[in-house]
Amino acid sequence: MPTLEVDPWAALGDPTRRAIFRKVVERPRAVGELAAELPVSRPAVSQHLRVLKVAQLVADEAAGNRRIYRAQSAGVRALRADLDEFWGKTLAAYKEVVEKPSKENR
Amino acid sequence: MSTQAAETSILRSIIVNAPADRAFQVFTENFGAFKPPEHNMLSVEIAETIFEPRTGGHLYDRGVDGSECRWARVLAYEPPDRVVFSWDISPRWQIETDLERTSEVEVRFVPDGPARTRVELEHRNLDRHGEGWEGTREGVGGAEGWPLYLERFALILTKD
Repeated sequence: MPTLEVDPWAALGDPTRRAIFRKVVERPRAVGELAAELPVSRPAVSQHLRVLKVAQLVADEAAGNRRIYRAQSAGVRALRADLDEFWGKTLAAYKEVVEKPSKENR
Repeated sequence: MSTQAAETSILRSIIVNAPADRAFQVFTENFGAFKPPEHNMLSVEIAETIFEPRTGGHLYDRGVDGSECRWARVLAYEPPDRVVFSWDISPRWQIETDLERTSEVEVRFVPDGPARTRVELEHRNLDRHGEGWEGTREGVGGAEGWPLYLERFALILTKD
C-alpha cells in the first residue's frame, strides 16, 4: 500500500471537512447533496472531498452522471496504521536498548 | 528502518549493532524496557512485562498491584533465529478471548556480519481481527463498526 499523502487526522482537523465526513459516514452522498445540506459551495465541497479521499477516509464511485461518496471501511487499514506505529516505536526503542553498552554482554 | 506491507500484514526491519544472539536475548528478556507504555491494558501501572522463554509460554504484563494481563502466546521460541507469538489484542486494544480473531507476530534475527543483526518483524493475518465487523453497513455508525477511527474521531469531535 502506498504511503498516505494526507494523514487522516490532519484531514479531519478542518471543521468543514469534519462536517462533510460526518454526513458521508451517516450514508453515502453525492457532492450536490452535501453542498445543499451544508453552508458550503459545491466547488469547496469537491475540494474537501478530494482531501478526504487522499486521506483514504472516503471513496467515490460513479452513479450515472454523479459521483457518490461513501466512508471507507476502516477495518484492516486502521488496524494496520495503528500497529505500524506501535511496532515502529517499539523497534526504535529496542535498538536503543540493545545497543546500550552493558558489562555482562561486552 | 523500513516499512513495507501487504494489505493484511506489516513488515518492518531494523539493523542493530549487536550480534544475533544478543539481539534475540534483549528482545525477549527486556521486552518491557522498550514496549510503548501507552498501551497498558491493566488498570494500574505495569511493574514488569514477562516474556516466557518457551513455546507454549505467554507474554504478559504484571501490574504494580500484582494483577496480570496475558496478551500473547509464544508460538515458536528458537534462539537465536526467530520467535513467533500471537497477538491476542483486539483493534480496540482489549484482550481478545476468541483465538480465531487473533493475529501473529514473527521476529527474525538475521546476522549481518559478526556484530550486526537485521531484525525483521512481520505482524500478519491482521484481517483475522476484522472478521465480522469490517464493512458491515449497520456497524459503520457505531463504535463496533469503526473500532479505531470512531474512537479517535469521537475525540476530535468533542473538541468542536
